[in-house]
Amino acid sequence: MDNINVQNLTVSETPHIRSSHKTSSIMLEVFLALCPAAMAGIYFFGFRALIMIVVSIASSLLAETLYNKIAKKKNTISDCSALLTGILIAMNVSVVMPFWAVALSAAFAIIVVKQLFGGLGGNFMNPALCARAFLMASFLGKMTSFAQPMYSGLLAADAVTSATPLAIMKEGSTKGLSLLDMFIGKTGGCIGETSAVLLILGGIYLIARKIIKPHLPLTYIAVVAICSYFLGGFSVEYALMQILSGGLMLGAFFMATDYVTSPMTEKGMVIAGIICGLLTVAIRHYGGYPEGVSYAILMMNAATPLIDRLVKVKRFGEVSSWKKKEAVR
Amino acid sequence: MFFSGFKGGIHPPDRKEQTKNCPVKELEPTELMTFIMAQGGKPCTPCVAIGDKVLKGQVIGDSKEFMSAPVHSSVSGTVEKIDKVLSPRGDMAEAVIIRNDFEDKEASVGETFPVGYVSKDELIGIVRNAGMVGMGGAGFPTHVKLSTDKKIDTVIINAAECEPYLNSDYRTMVERPDDMIDGLDLLLHAFGIFKGIIAIEDNKADAAKILKDKLRSNMQIKVLKTRYPQGSEKQLIYSVTERKVPEGGLPADIGVLVFNVDTVSSMSRAVRSGIPVTRRVVTVAGLALKEPGNFLVRIGTPFWKVFEAAGGFVCQPKKIVMGGPMMGIAQCSIDIPVTKTCSGLLALTDDDIGTKEEMPCLRCGRCISACPMGLMPVVLNKLVNKKEWDEAEKGGIMNCIECGCCAYSCPSDRNPASTIRRGKSALRAKR
Repeated sequence: MDNINVQNLTVSETPHIRSSHKTSSIMLEVFLALCPAAMAGIYFFGFRALIMIVVSIASSLLAETLYNKIAKKKNTISDCSALLTGILIAMNVSVVMPFWAVALSAAFAIIVVKQLFGGLGGNFMNPALCARAFLMASFLGKMTSFAQPMYSGLLAADAVTSATPLAIMKEGSTKGLSLLDMFIGKTGGCIGETSAVLLILGGIYLIARKIIKPHLPLTYIAVVAICSYFLGGFSVEYALMQILSGGLMLGAFFMATDYVTSPMTEKGMVIAGIICGLLTVAIRHYGGYPEGVSYAILMMNAATPLIDRLVKVKRFGEVSSWKKKEAVR
Repeated sequence: MFFSGFKGGIHPPDRKEQTKNCPVKELEPTELMTFIMAQGGKPCTPCVAIGDKVLKGQVIGDSKEFMSAPVHSSVSGTVEKIDKVLSPRGDMAEAVIIRNDFEDKEASVGETFPVGYVSKDELIGIVRNAGMVGMGGAGFPTHVKLSTDKKIDTVIINAAECEPYLNSDYRTMVERPDDMIDGLDLLLHAFGIFKGIIAIEDNKADAAKILKDKLRSNMQIKVLKTRYPQGSEKQLIYSVTERKVPEGGLPADIGVLVFNVDTVSSMSRAVRSGIPVTRRVVTVAGLALKEPGNFLVRIGTPFWKVFEAAGGFVCQPKKIVMGGPMMGIAQCSIDIPVTKTCSGLLALTDDDIGTKEEMPCLRCGRCISACPMGLMPVVLNKLVNKKEWDEAEKGGIMNCIECGCCAYSCPSDRNPASTIRRGKSALRAKR
């Protein structure tokens, strides 16, 4: 007799199946997309860069675990968001930064910016960028001294410093800057922001896997390119230099597109891209800093709730209000 | 411009391989057959008494309400009990329980039209007397749909069958397409129109080829991109005709009527031979079953009999679902009888369902992209939780078709569809 006995049947609401794209797997894929650019950072800036990444990730995970323990909550590091924040922080600092400062900024990002605002989904600004802002405010000297690529010092913090391409451009000239170097990443800068080509490849991977939508990053890059073209005196070379440097690729594909702090609708993403682009150009050309990606994105984060409130999605079969009035008559 | 159908929707793995090539097998009834009185539209009242002898095809439940279709017995025998039983919807519903005498004595039929065509009014009468309701799962009394006084210019047959696992319509089209074609022809002549479209998804391209040869001059086939919920009426109409059903409106408002494959096939059988709705094709699938397949099941057969025909369970099923996995209803027992709207019976394991662990909302916007009605589930969810009913209504909450695309695509395993459903019933109660 065939078995037709049932017990303990689960009776729950529809739908009974779900997509296999879960939060933790999405975070891991973004992490994976960052790895090539991170490895390029290690290649250009030496072993110290690898330690920086490890320290940053470990501090993030530790900070989240500690907070959850103290707050008597279930440990949330399995959602992999702390892992992602960790590597992003490391990629956003110069390799000469002291390790303890990076660890402190990671703790700040996780505990203050994310957990205190309600944990995952509650933060209103990008935690990794807030960590960077924290370091800019507290360790300005170390944040703005960048190592020359390929200097091959192991752990020594006193590497040969060099200016970033943006700093050179702000001085007014483009002497000694090679587009190819900027594309590959052989320039001064933060650990993960120099290798434009690998960052672009990572971004394309994420778009192809439907993890991020192309609207925000492409609008952002386009706006910066167009504005730079005009501001650089109708120079295509200048526009290209602007978009290949200053962590724009890292910011556009990996930081601005953070789900929690960017708009939810496609129209909203385009608006956010325009805001980021205009602010980045404004800060770079008229502001005090040579680079403006991080502050531009942070300001876009602050504007996101308003963008989400104002942008309306077109409904299926929506009867426009004047048609409704016609019907009533 | 390249038109790819409705916006949004999801593309789950269709899992139809389990039963796609299983021919429909007829299933014998059991000793006790249970006929729920509420099988579509307003519930019927029993019109037989305990101890009465009934014939196969005899009316055992009827109602004076317009929005109601009669229930017929699918076996001959004696009325054993009239009682409340557990229905597939989870409530206790009145039912007539008949003890089968296994003799299949048939009731006499009314006027039949073996050849030729019928008028719209004649069709409405025949359809009502045959107890026809929407066999795709909605259960809307078909004669009510046909009674529209709006001007109709297109009839669409919904052969999309977009839910994963289900193959009942597909097998019907591959094995017995003639009833469906005849039914469509009858409909077109009853309405005096020449545009009948059979809309099918491209994962059933072979069925489309078979049907193409059988089409009559007033019919055409449209192959649509496979996407859930292609079979949802509003989305189907848009994909086929590029017309949008206005919010709060019906397909008839824009001149279109949509019918399920099984409903139209039943129409032909009712007109030509006077056969009422007493059985239907059910897909029985899921990894918990030994031999998934498609069965021609008599209305009133308990679920366990159908699972037994599929070889029983090889492992404990986690969920039993009546219908498809996206909009079907989870069952708490298998002693529940098959009704007219039961298109599938699934015995799902953990491998079918996957694991779920609810996490905080990431504001990723996937639910917004997936919603085929252009709503913002994440926003509506928040409004319902805050009990802001006016804002929710303005946000279009009553247009939600409860397809579940939002919950399916949520990476945090949240279920906005569930909250929206509650919000809709709260709003309806307020009106």
